Amino acid sequence: MSDTFFSGAPHWTWFIIPYFFVGGLAGGAYFLAAVLDWFGRPEDRAVVRTGYDIAAVGAILSGLLLTIDLGRPLRFWHMLFQSENFPALMFKGWSPISFGAWAILLFGLFSVLSALGARAEEGRLQIPALRAVGGVVKGGVAKLVAGVGGLLGLFVAGYTGILLSVTNRPIWADSPWLGALFVASGVSTGAAALILRSPGRGATERSLGWLSSFDTKALVVELLVLAAFIWSLGPINRVWVSFWGLLLLVGVVGFGILAPLRMHAKPAQAAKLVLLGGFLLRLATILASEGIDRYRVTAGL
Amino acid sequence: MPEPMGFFTDTTVCIGCKACEVACKEWNQLPAKNGGIGELSGDSYDNTRKLDGIHWRHVRFIEQFKGPYDGRWLMMSDVCKHCVQAGCLEVCPTGAIIRTEFDTVVIQSDVCNGCRACIAACPFGVIDVNPVSGTAQKCTLCYDRLKVGLEPACSKACPTDSIQFGSIVELRTRAHKRVDQLKAQGVKAELYGADPDGALGGLNSFYLLVDEPEVYGLPRKPTLPSRNLAKSASFSFASAAVLGVLALVGLRKRRMDGMGGPSGGGPN
Repeated sequence: MSDTFFSGAPHWTWFIIPYFFVGGLAGGAYFLAAVLDWFGRPEDRAVVRTGYDIAAVGAILSGLLLTIDLGRPLRFWHMLFQSENFPALMFKGWSPISFGAWAILLFGLFSVLSALGARAEEGRLQIPALRAVGGVVKGGVAKLVAGVGGLLGLFVAGYTGILLSVTNRPIWADSPWLGALFVASGVSTGAAALILRSPGRGATERSLGWLSSFDTKALVVELLVLAAFIWSLGPINRVWVSFWGLLLLVGVVGFGILAPLRMHAKPAQAAKLVLLGGFLLRLATILASEGIDRYRVTAGL
Repeated sequence: MPEPMGFFTDTTVCIGCKACEVACKEWNQLPAKNGGIGELSGDSYDNTRKLDGIHWRHVRFIEQFKGPYDGRWLMMSDVCKHCVQAGCLEVCPTGAIIRTEFDTVVIQSDVCNGCRACIAACPFGVIDVNPVSGTAQKCTLCYDRLKVGLEPACSKACPTDSIQFGSIVELRTRAHKRVDQLKAQGVKAELYGADPDGALGGLNSFYLLVDEPEVYGLPRKPTLPSRNLAKSASFSFASAAVLGVLALVGLRKRRMDGMGGPSGGGPN
């Protein structure tokens, strides 16, 4: 039996599962928007603007979900500043939850800046203060913000998996592949969200075609990383002989990866399934471990 | 500077009276479970079952019975191990978890924000949230009592000296003598966590066991959560790099296709 079976469950459940999904999706959407911002055509601007909007909303939602989940939500700032030594910063480079809190904050800042810049570009900002901020984020500044924000987006998509691995919990700490898996899932769900949302902002067929083609490749990467994750668990895999294993096989692999890969002709339907699969991936990996209790393991229950 | 202090728990003399649990609850003013209404576990005489945010001491009952006349009870008063290399302290993002001058590990309840990272990081399943404070809590090794020269409430209350408090160096000497004594009597006895060169740099609360660690709910080789950090981060970076390259290759292919198509050339 793995030594991880003697640890306690942290009860990361109904706020953290949506956070992991939304954070990954927002990070992935921003990353793809930034790639198109830097290397795309002018016709891709609709996708770029949609990506920044999704990222900004997702980052704000992520911060809210994380804060609500705390036992003492009003102390959320203790993760950023030393509460007894304010304003000294609180940062541990070896603790994913510590550097993740900073990454979410910075990602939120960059995604809001990019979203304001994109809205200013369209002339859709009515509030003078926001228009002034958005007006600054253009040209070289916008590119710089997009470059840093894109890297932060990938970071936010992946650090949640690293956070789970840097514990002593079953499944999570028994494999080093969760971070890589969440990066791939974050980017594939980000692409799916863009496929669904950007047509309303005027995305062209060529832009959507690239997104759809990229999402197919991202899903293949995700499938390969998922296989590596399962392989790396070795004897721990017996935990999947449960409802969560069924969910992983049918919901994530079947509906979330294989079905969209076979639905080239219907990108919107495929994108919806990718989003479902991304959510179920977080649900299955988190709750499969959360359900393992130390005293029940010791008692042989 | 005080020397490192801790517990040596000799499980062979524990009688399962749970006086340590009661003394701990009383001194630390920990709330009762379920509003104080008695709650039976249903499958053991141990009704508190585990360590958590309101049980900082727990006497584990291990009932090894093959038949009515063939069996034994193992009892162990479990507590935070006050690891020399502590996983909880390593991951705590608020700095709430500190190492004291007694080399013990304490959670400052006024700093903790209840993120629960320490719960998942502890290899022993010691920490949990106290529903009253909303923060993570565990044994403080009675830091407040140590500061004024008193011994912790649990060891003070223990009627058989199963829980012994003292300096770690002295406790280790005493523990090795006890193991030798038991082995001379033909008892299979081993120390768990007493080796300063062993797992987690040694445990400042260590145990004398007469069965495998897993039987007592203890991991054989507890490790720090950070052991996975470099590998997990490298794989994530590799995954991100592959996806980045795929995105750029896709854009390049689109540009190449476009150059041959009706829309002509142009950048990207």
